[in-house]
Amino acid sequence: MNLDLILGILQIVLIATTPLVFAGIGELVTEKSGVLNLGVEGMMLVGAVSAFIILVITGSYFLAFFVSILSGIIMSGLFAFLVLFLMSNQIATGLALTIFGIGLSSMLGKQYIGTPIDGLSPWFFVIFSFLIVFLVSYFFYKTKAGLILRAVGESHNSAHALGYSVIKIRFLSILFGGSMCALAGSYISICYAPMWQEGMTAGRGWIALALVVFATWKPERVLIGAYIFGGVTILQMNLQALGLRFPGQFFSMAPYVATIIVLVLISSNKLRIKLSAPASLTIPFYKGR
Amino acid sequence: MIKIITFLSTLLVFVFGSAYADPKKVGFIYIGPPGDHGWTYMHDVGRKYMESQLGDSITTTYLENIPENADAVRAIRKLADSGHDLIFTTSFNYMDQTHEVAKDFPDIKFEHATGYIQADNVATYSARFYEGRMIEGHIAGHMTETNTIGYIASFPIPEVVRGINAFYLAASKVNPDIKMKIIWVFTWYDPGKEADAANTLINQGADIIVQHTDTYAPCQAAQKAGVYAFGQASNQEEFCPDAHLTSIEDIWGPYYAARAKAVVDGTWSSGDTWDGMDKGMVVMSPYNTKLMPASLIQEAVNMEVGIKDGTIHPFTGPIYNQAGELVVPEGEVAPDGMLLGMNFYVQGIDGEVPQ
Repeated sequence: MNLDLILGILQIVLIATTPLVFAGIGELVTEKSGVLNLGVEGMMLVGAVSAFIILVITGSYFLAFFVSILSGIIMSGLFAFLVLFLMSNQIATGLALTIFGIGLSSMLGKQYIGTPIDGLSPWFFVIFSFLIVFLVSYFFYKTKAGLILRAVGESHNSAHALGYSVIKIRFLSILFGGSMCALAGSYISICYAPMWQEGMTAGRGWIALALVVFATWKPERVLIGAYIFGGVTILQMNLQALGLRFPGQFFSMAPYVATIIVLVLISSNKLRIKLSAPASLTIPFYKGR
Repeated sequence: MIKIITFLSTLLVFVFGSAYADPKKVGFIYIGPPGDHGWTYMHDVGRKYMESQLGDSITTTYLENIPENADAVRAIRKLADSGHDLIFTTSFNYMDQTHEVAKDFPDIKFEHATGYIQADNVATYSARFYEGRMIEGHIAGHMTETNTIGYIASFPIPEVVRGINAFYLAASKVNPDIKMKIIWVFTWYDPGKEADAANTLINQGADIIVQHTDTYAPCQAAQKAGVYAFGQASNQEEFCPDAHLTSIEDIWGPYYAARAKAVVDGTWSSGDTWDGMDKGMVVMSPYNTKLMPASLIQEAVNMEVGIKDGTIHPFTGPIYNQAGELVVPEGEVAPDGMLLGMNFYVQGIDGEVPQ
């Protein structure tokens, strides 16, 4: 193993893991406010396709990411409206959002499949992904607004009694989650694999959802979890390419197994999961009770 | 003259035949979206060719993104229930699902791509892609400078293993020092993961990327890193013009048209079709004249001619397996049975086929 090889592996891990960090941290903020949004995959796809289309039309990377984030805000805004004001079931609505996003992105992107674009260097986003995790962590544990957001997620009735607008705070958290998911998607279609292909996020939205539980709703642990997952994936590829006689399936499975093992370890202690999961997660808030 | 008469009579049959008979319904099950510019894309090109050939005598439907699990049963059954006369299932792992549904619908004809089990109403068909892999291997053997080839493999099925072996046999013939690095990604379709695999291989010194997955992400990654690549299933040169040497193109149209015609005429019968370059089912994309020396292109073209007339076979003995046992004796070619069930690497390839 020489230094170049290791640096190369590190680069690939960083590039591959960044979308998981974005989507994971976005979902974490949403869940911290007490809302579970299973629409991550759908929002990522719509974000990916809208960034791609805008880039093809305007040629502007800035506009591409801007519109992509806007698309995430619209998608998650729709979700927020349904679950916060119409009190629809969060799990069902989130699943519907994913299915809607898969279909919508396929439809919008139909004529853009196979359009060649110049990919953008991923490094700005890689650095930004670290930054955003630490910003979220600072926000949660060092600012009053963060404390309020967490309070809303823990006990919306208490927060309401103290005079905080539960609906408004949840709405904003959901929008933040949506914009991060869209950013993750646009990073995939513009930087990571510069192309538009239907369903190109290939399940990364679901991995991001698992990462939030894996992280026991702590921002820095999302980063750690994402890098364990990305690292194991790329490491197994490297071992395969080195010609080691190991069953390939085992290595492909390894990141998922690692996730499950950690999940089991976390949930084996009921108290621990109770302490870390937002107590009001998925519970709708009825004003005036 | 005879040709003109045949053409006119065919035309008459179409004009009058279609006016009286109900159009036959032909359905397709796709594993990916038709826009992958790879495997599914080429099946869709074949479907459109079939439509253009048979005109009003058929109508076609397709269901895309059907996973290779119980969902496939649902999808195939849906086509069967909605009155389709002929159903093409276009991926290897639809095998059990195709047969499960076919049992319940004995009057409907099924065609399973790359499969090897037939039934009265289930035919199988595939293309001899390994012929193209041989040409790619020959080119790679000449073009590599690091003597390291990176190969992105999808699932350990005979189809993929056969491609790896055909490639290696040809590459090592022109360049005995060649090393193959193989990554199994266990997916047909994940642009991100395919790009990761390509970058990993390039990072480990590969200067030619070969893929057996469905998107052009690996070719793009090669272009970015300044190494060469072979496209997959369709001509992918426009996505990576400075990396793309050639692609193996799958040409399904004539087969689809012939099979649908047989259903229209009522002459369809089950069977197994495995055609290659000689029948035009496997075609090489235009060789990249900017990257390849003219002499090498000429050699590749000569190989195509040899494969077509049968003087060249990618699996010509002596061929040894990794244990050093002679599997194909000198002067013989591997029988189709061995090729269809191929689950071992030939001597010289490191690692082992995941079981």
